[in-house]
Amino acid sequence: MTYSFELPLLVLLILTAGGAILVKDLISAVLILGSYSFFLALIWAWLGAADVAFVEAVVGAGLATVFFLLTLFRTAPDDTRIRRPRPPVVVVVALPLLGMLLLYAASDLPSFGDPASPASTHVSPHYLENSVADTLTPNVVTSVLMDYRALDTLIETVVVFTSGIACWLLLRRDPE
Amino acid sequence: MSLLLVLNVIAVLIVMYLYRVVRGPTLYDRVLGLNGISTKAIILLIVIGTVYERVDMFVDISTGYALLNLIGTLAIAKYLEQRGRP
Repeated sequence: MTYSFELPLLVLLILTAGGAILVKDLISAVLILGSYSFFLALIWAWLGAADVAFVEAVVGAGLATVFFLLTLFRTAPDDTRIRRPRPPVVVVVALPLLGMLLLYAASDLPSFGDPASPASTHVSPHYLENSVADTLTPNVVTSVLMDYRALDTLIETVVVFTSGIACWLLLRRDPE
Repeated sequence: MSLLLVLNVIAVLIVMYLYRVVRGPTLYDRVLGLNGISTKAIILLIVIGTVYERVDMFVDISTGYALLNLIGTLAIAKYLEQRGRP
Protein backbone atom coordinates (compact mmCIF):
# COMPACT_ATOMS: atom_id res chain seq x y z
CA MET A 1 0.00 0.00 0.00
CA THR A 2 2.91 2.35 0.57
CA TYR A 3 4.09 3.13 -2.92
CA SER A 4 6.18 6.25 -2.65
CA PHE A 5 3.92 8.16 -4.98
CA GLU A 6 3.94 11.19 -2.69
CA LEU A 7 7.45 11.99 -3.86
CA PRO A 8 6.48 13.01 -7.46
CA LEU A 9 3.50 14.83 -5.97
CA LEU A 10 5.76 16.79 -3.62
CA VAL A 11 8.07 17.67 -6.52
CA LEU A 12 5.08 18.94 -8.50
CA LEU A 13 3.94 20.90 -5.44
CA ILE A 14 7.29 22.61 -5.06
CA LEU A 15 7.44 23.33 -8.81
CA THR A 16 4.05 25.02 -8.77
CA ALA A 17 4.80 26.94 -5.59
CA GLY A 18 8.02 28.26 -7.10
CA GLY A 19 6.23 29.09 -10.33
CA ALA A 20 3.53 31.02 -8.52
CA ILE A 21 6.17 33.08 -6.73
CA LEU A 22 8.42 33.70 -9.72
CA VAL A 23 5.88 34.43 -12.43
CA LYS A 24 5.64 38.03 -13.60
CA ASP A 25 1.89 38.44 -13.87
CA LEU A 26 -0.78 38.44 -11.16
CA ILE A 27 -3.39 36.46 -13.10
CA SER A 28 -0.85 33.81 -14.05
CA ALA A 29 0.17 33.61 -10.40
CA VAL A 30 -3.47 33.00 -9.48
CA LEU A 31 -3.75 30.22 -12.08
CA ILE A 32 -0.57 28.51 -10.95
CA LEU A 33 -1.73 28.80 -7.34
CA GLY A 34 -4.85 26.91 -8.42
CA SER A 35 -2.76 24.01 -9.69
CA TYR A 36 -0.63 24.22 -6.53
CA SER A 37 -3.60 23.69 -4.31
CA PHE A 38 -4.80 20.90 -6.54
CA PHE A 39 -1.52 19.03 -6.02
CA LEU A 40 -1.90 19.66 -2.29
CA ALA A 41 -5.34 18.04 -2.55
CA LEU A 42 -3.76 15.06 -4.31
CA ILE A 43 -1.24 14.70 -1.48
CA TRP A 44 -4.04 14.74 1.09
CA ALA A 45 -5.89 12.13 -0.97
CA TRP A 46 -2.79 10.01 -1.21
CA LEU A 47 -2.17 10.17 2.53
CA GLY A 48 -5.74 8.94 3.05
CA ALA A 49 -7.31 12.17 4.35
CA ALA A 50 -10.12 12.08 1.80
CA ASP A 51 -12.28 14.73 3.46
CA VAL A 52 -9.42 17.22 3.69
CA ALA A 53 -8.63 16.46 0.05
CA PHE A 54 -12.22 17.19 -0.82
CA VAL A 55 -12.13 20.58 0.92
CA GLU A 56 -8.77 21.47 -0.61
CA ALA A 57 -9.88 20.52 -4.13
CA VAL A 58 -13.18 22.36 -3.91
CA VAL A 59 -12.16 25.44 -1.91
CA GLY A 60 -8.48 25.78 -2.72
CA ALA A 61 -8.42 24.85 -6.38
CA GLY A 62 -11.94 25.91 -7.32
CA LEU A 63 -13.38 28.68 -5.21
CA ALA A 64 -10.16 30.45 -4.23
CA THR A 65 -9.23 30.91 -7.89
CA VAL A 66 -12.63 32.45 -8.55
CA PHE A 67 -12.36 34.70 -5.50
CA PHE A 68 -8.84 35.85 -6.43
CA LEU A 69 -10.03 36.63 -9.95
CA LEU A 70 -13.06 38.52 -8.64
CA THR A 71 -10.80 40.54 -6.34
CA LEU A 72 -8.44 41.32 -9.20
CA PHE A 73 -11.41 42.23 -11.32
CA ARG A 74 -12.70 44.68 -8.74
CA THR A 75 -9.45 46.21 -7.53
CA ALA A 76 -6.48 45.80 -9.85
CA PRO A 77 -5.46 48.26 -12.53
CA ASP A 78 -5.47 46.99 -16.10
CA ASP A 79 -1.78 46.25 -15.92
CA THR A 80 -1.37 43.30 -13.57
CA ARG A 81 2.34 42.78 -13.96
CA ILE A 82 4.20 42.38 -10.71
CA ARG A 83 7.06 44.68 -9.90
CA ARG A 84 8.74 43.28 -6.86
CA PRO A 85 11.70 44.84 -5.12
CA ARG A 86 14.72 42.69 -4.36
CA PRO A 87 14.31 40.88 -1.03
CA PRO A 88 16.61 42.03 1.80
CA VAL A 89 19.69 39.93 2.48
CA VAL A 90 18.43 39.04 5.96
CA VAL A 91 15.38 37.34 4.44
CA VAL A 92 17.43 35.43 1.87
CA VAL A 93 19.70 34.11 4.61
CA ALA A 94 17.20 33.60 7.42
CA LEU A 95 14.32 31.86 5.66
CA PRO A 96 16.33 28.90 4.30
CA LEU A 97 17.89 28.52 7.75
CA LEU A 98 14.42 28.47 9.29
CA GLY A 99 13.36 25.86 6.74
CA MET A 100 16.37 23.70 7.60
CA LEU A 101 15.50 24.06 11.28
CA LEU A 102 11.90 22.95 10.64
CA LEU A 103 13.08 19.96 8.58
CA TYR A 104 15.51 19.04 11.35
CA ALA A 105 12.68 19.23 13.88
CA ALA A 106 10.39 17.21 11.60
CA SER A 107 12.84 14.32 11.54
CA ASP A 108 11.84 13.79 15.18
CA LEU A 109 8.16 13.22 14.35
CA PRO A 110 6.71 9.71 14.23
CA SER A 111 6.46 8.24 10.75
CA PHE A 112 3.20 8.31 8.81
CA GLY A 113 0.63 5.82 10.07
CA ASP A 114 2.79 4.73 13.00
CA PRO A 115 0.44 2.81 15.34
CA ALA A 116 2.68 3.62 18.32
CA SER A 117 2.66 7.38 17.81
CA PRO A 118 1.06 9.55 20.52
CA ALA A 119 -1.71 10.59 18.13
CA SER A 120 -2.72 6.95 17.63
CA THR A 121 -2.42 5.87 21.25
CA HIS A 122 -3.72 8.82 23.29
CA VAL A 123 -7.40 9.61 22.58
CA SER A 124 -8.03 8.11 19.13
CA PRO A 125 -8.77 4.57 20.39
CA HIS A 126 -11.39 5.95 22.76
CA TYR A 127 -13.30 7.61 19.94
CA LEU A 128 -12.85 4.66 17.57
CA GLU A 129 -14.20 2.24 20.17
CA ASN A 130 -17.02 4.29 21.68
CA SER A 131 -18.30 6.60 18.96
CA VAL A 132 -20.93 4.20 17.58
CA ALA A 133 -22.28 3.42 21.05
CA ASP A 134 -22.20 7.11 22.04
CA THR A 135 -23.63 8.73 18.94
CA LEU A 136 -25.13 6.00 16.71
CA THR A 137 -23.23 7.51 13.75
CA PRO A 138 -21.45 5.03 11.48
CA ASN A 139 -18.78 7.52 10.34
CA VAL A 140 -16.28 8.36 13.10
CA VAL A 141 -15.19 11.66 11.56
CA THR A 142 -18.80 12.78 11.36
CA SER A 143 -19.46 11.76 14.94
CA VAL A 144 -16.44 13.75 16.16
CA LEU A 145 -17.40 16.80 14.11
CA MET A 146 -21.11 16.84 14.75
CA ASP A 147 -21.37 15.32 18.25
CA TYR A 148 -18.21 15.54 20.33
CA ARG A 149 -17.23 18.92 18.87
CA ALA A 150 -20.71 20.15 18.01
CA LEU A 151 -20.24 23.60 19.61
CA ASP A 152 -16.94 24.09 17.82
CA THR A 153 -18.58 23.16 14.52
CA LEU A 154 -21.46 25.52 15.26
CA ILE A 155 -19.09 28.46 15.74
CA GLU A 156 -17.18 27.45 12.61
CA THR A 157 -20.45 27.53 10.70
CA VAL A 158 -21.12 31.01 12.10
CA VAL A 159 -17.69 32.14 10.87
CA VAL A 160 -18.26 30.64 7.41
CA PHE A 161 -21.68 32.23 7.08
CA THR A 162 -20.37 35.61 8.25
CA SER A 163 -17.59 35.54 5.69
CA GLY A 164 -20.09 34.44 3.06
CA ILE A 165 -22.28 37.43 3.86
CA ALA A 166 -19.23 39.72 3.75
CA CYS A 167 -18.22 38.31 0.35
CA TRP A 168 -21.73 38.78 -0.93
CA LEU A 169 -21.83 42.39 0.29
CA LEU A 170 -18.47 43.15 -1.31
CA LEU A 171 -19.13 41.41 -4.61
CA ARG A 172 -22.77 42.24 -5.33
CA ARG A 173 -23.53 44.45 -8.23
CA ASP A 174 -24.46 48.03 -7.40
CA PRO A 175 -28.18 48.62 -7.80
CA GLU A 176 -28.38 51.10 -10.63
CA MET B 1 1.69 -2.76 -9.54
CA SER B 2 -0.11 -1.79 -12.73
CA LEU B 3 -1.99 0.86 -10.77
CA LEU B 4 1.34 2.37 -9.74
CA LEU B 5 2.31 2.42 -13.41
CA VAL B 6 -0.94 4.22 -14.29
CA LEU B 7 -0.34 6.76 -11.52
CA ASN B 8 3.15 7.52 -12.74
CA VAL B 9 2.08 7.80 -16.39
CA ILE B 10 -0.62 10.30 -15.43
CA ALA B 11 1.91 12.20 -13.29
CA VAL B 12 4.23 12.48 -16.29
CA LEU B 13 1.33 13.73 -18.43
CA ILE B 14 0.55 16.31 -15.75
CA VAL B 15 4.17 17.47 -15.81
CA MET B 16 3.84 18.13 -19.55
CA TYR B 17 0.79 20.30 -18.96
CA LEU B 18 2.50 21.94 -16.01
CA TYR B 19 5.34 23.03 -18.25
CA ARG B 20 2.78 24.92 -20.35
CA VAL B 21 1.18 26.42 -17.26
CA VAL B 22 4.40 27.66 -15.70
CA ARG B 23 6.23 28.70 -18.85
CA GLY B 24 3.31 29.55 -21.14
CA PRO B 25 4.05 32.76 -23.02
CA THR B 26 0.45 33.96 -22.98
CA LEU B 27 -2.36 33.66 -20.51
CA TYR B 28 -4.37 31.44 -22.86
CA ASP B 29 -1.62 28.82 -22.76
CA ARG B 30 -1.85 28.80 -18.99
CA VAL B 31 -5.63 28.47 -19.00
CA LEU B 32 -5.48 25.58 -21.47
CA GLY B 33 -2.74 23.88 -19.48
CA LEU B 34 -4.77 24.23 -16.29
CA ASN B 35 -7.74 22.68 -18.05
CA GLY B 36 -5.62 19.77 -19.22
CA ILE B 37 -4.29 19.26 -15.70
CA SER B 38 -7.79 19.17 -14.33
CA THR B 39 -8.92 16.50 -16.81
CA LYS B 40 -5.96 14.38 -15.74
CA ALA B 41 -6.73 15.24 -12.14
CA ILE B 42 -10.18 13.73 -12.26
CA ILE B 43 -8.80 10.41 -13.47
CA LEU B 44 -5.86 10.54 -11.06
CA LEU B 45 -8.16 11.02 -8.07
CA ILE B 46 -10.23 8.01 -9.11
CA VAL B 47 -7.11 5.88 -9.59
CA ILE B 48 -5.94 6.87 -6.10
CA GLY B 49 -9.39 5.82 -4.89
CA THR B 50 -8.93 2.46 -6.60
CA VAL B 51 -5.56 2.00 -4.90
CA TYR B 52 -7.17 2.60 -1.52
CA GLU B 53 -10.30 0.63 -2.49
CA ARG B 54 -12.54 3.54 -1.55
CA VAL B 55 -13.64 4.57 -5.02
CA ASP B 56 -17.06 5.82 -3.87
CA MET B 57 -15.53 8.57 -1.74
CA PHE B 58 -12.99 9.61 -4.36
CA VAL B 59 -15.63 9.78 -7.08
CA ASP B 60 -17.28 12.47 -4.93
CA ILE B 61 -14.03 14.42 -4.70
CA SER B 62 -13.33 14.24 -8.41
CA THR B 63 -16.90 15.22 -9.29
CA GLY B 64 -16.72 18.25 -7.01
CA TYR B 65 -13.35 19.18 -8.44
CA ALA B 66 -14.62 18.82 -12.01
CA LEU B 67 -17.66 21.01 -11.34
CA LEU B 68 -15.70 23.74 -9.60
CA ASN B 69 -12.95 23.66 -12.18
CA LEU B 70 -15.56 24.43 -14.81
CA ILE B 71 -16.64 27.43 -12.72
CA GLY B 72 -13.03 28.54 -12.39
CA THR B 73 -12.46 28.35 -16.12
CA LEU B 74 -15.68 30.27 -16.75
CA ALA B 75 -14.56 32.95 -14.29
CA ILE B 76 -11.23 33.30 -16.08
CA ALA B 77 -12.96 33.48 -19.44
CA LYS B 78 -15.36 36.11 -18.11
CA TYR B 79 -12.46 38.10 -16.70
CA LEU B 80 -10.55 38.02 -19.96
CA GLU B 81 -13.66 38.94 -21.91
CA GLN B 82 -14.40 42.00 -19.80
CA ARG B 83 -10.80 43.11 -19.42
CA GLY B 84 -10.07 42.48 -23.09
CA ARG B 85 -6.39 41.69 -22.69
CA PRO B 86 -4.38 38.57 -23.56
